[in-house]
Amino acid sequence: MTAIPPVELLSVEKRFGNGVLGLEPTTLRVQPGEFVSIIGPSGCGKSTLLKLASGLAEPSDGRVWWWRGPFARVGEDGRRLAFVFQDPTLMPWADVAANVRLPLDLAGVPRAEADTRVAAVLAEIGLADRAGLRPRQLSGGMKMRVSIARALVTDPDLLLMDEPFGALDELSRNRLDERLLQLSAERGLTTLFVTHSIYEAAFLSTRVIVMAANPGRIFAEHVIDAPLPRGEAFRLSPAFADHARELTRLLTAASGEDDR
Amino acid sequence: MKPLLHNRDVLPVIAPVAIGALILAVWQGTCTVLAVPDYLFPAPSAIGHALTANWLTLLGALVGTLRVTLLAFALAVVGGTAVALLFAQSRLIEISLLPYAIMLQVTPIVAIAPLIIIMIDDTFVSLVICAAVVAIFPIISNTTIGLKAVDPGLLAYFRMVRASRWQQLVRLRVPSAVPFFLAGLRVSSGLSLIGAVVAEFVAGTGGHSAGLAYEILQAGFQLDMPRMFAALLLITVAGVAMALAMAGLSRIALAWHGTGGDEH
Repeated sequence: MTAIPPVELLSVEKRFGNGVLGLEPTTLRVQPGEFVSIIGPSGCGKSTLLKLASGLAEPSDGRVWWWRGPFARVGEDGRRLAFVFQDPTLMPWADVAANVRLPLDLAGVPRAEADTRVAAVLAEIGLADRAGLRPRQLSGGMKMRVSIARALVTDPDLLLMDEPFGALDELSRNRLDERLLQLSAERGLTTLFVTHSIYEAAFLSTRVIVMAANPGRIFAEHVIDAPLPRGEAFRLSPAFADHARELTRLLTAASGEDDR
Repeated sequence: MKPLLHNRDVLPVIAPVAIGALILAVWQGTCTVLAVPDYLFPAPSAIGHALTANWLTLLGALVGTLRVTLLAFALAVVGGTAVALLFAQSRLIEISLLPYAIMLQVTPIVAIAPLIIIMIDDTFVSLVICAAVVAIFPIISNTTIGLKAVDPGLLAYFRMVRASRWQQLVRLRVPSAVPFFLAGLRVSSGLSLIGAVVAEFVAGTGGHSAGLAYEILQAGFQLDMPRMFAALLLITVAGVAMALAMAGLSRIALAWHGTGGDEH
């Protein structure tokens, strides 16, 4: 008996309004506890795949299942997913605590319970002393942490992230990558992560999906078997360099046929 | 003297005051030396005298004009916000009603005012309506734009977590519209004073609630130029006071809103 996959895309196809095939029939199963990254050249449909996996977009054909059924909403019993956008998308008029509390407020969670949960998640992500600040008083990395806290406060089992650290400097990105791995391990999260960076994918993932464009499709898979949790030592290890080299090779091959 | 002039806080006050004092001195000097009669062009001292001599009448007129202005402004804010909220509900409502709002705006108030004044028995009410008609448009247009100028990323988030239309309005659209609404408020406050004075002019001397425009008309008939200038001065002071009050209000509101004021 195998475990129930948190998300399954079963021969999903996405055809856009103008008839262009954005994603040819694709099947992807993500197993519990996996950290799956998706890399690929622009236009390969990696964001489309993530939107399908989050229910933000409907497939033109095929099916998407979460734990072999529909996922639960905040405030309902059952397993949940949370999505983190490329931008922090915070409310500038609300402080950090109110921004993190938003999904609980929208779901009608009682204020006292919501405040307890917000305080816990802010402490977890290291923002407890910033609860009263406004987004514009925070650095880019801190804003992204608030955005992640807003996802984690809903207590998700599956986390979907669309290039969340793409706009950050390398040092902040590395730090947040390490923090994200710790949080995933502590909370037993399953993560599907879109990135442009080969090194970020190599550091974070247990499995990397390489996609190709025209039409968007899965080109290759690469398993990264290094033990978790990983830290600076892994980033400096020969194994890391080997994985990065292999991903570079696959990505080059995936990009090879067009736009060069 | 030099350090004072280089002070960033003092300079914006000192410089205009100095220019004002200079103009007043030249004005007074010219009038005195050339012995210009008051009924042609009154000296500042004559205006000051007219102001103190007619103090009670002018103060009453000022209160009258301000009552019309403030009530019209309040009406424009409430009505304009309500219309903007209605426009934000559906594209159909907006495209159906917007042409009429624009018609109301482009028709000069002096042309509509006689109609309103004839149709409505109570002069005070008709003055308030005239001024409100002028003042309402910036509130409608700015607030409508603001309710739609929502950060697309935040809107995508609200849709993703299945926020209801009401939640989107209250928690997203209304807060996003605040800076736009405040800009509309500043324009509208000035327009409500202009509208009140123009309506008073059109209503003429018949009204019971005689304001500063009535004083100007009366002074004109009597060739009492110093009194005319005194009334004019009070209109200007009222306008400046309203503009300053709105600027202060919007600074406080924007600091609360998190989109204005000083960085951390």
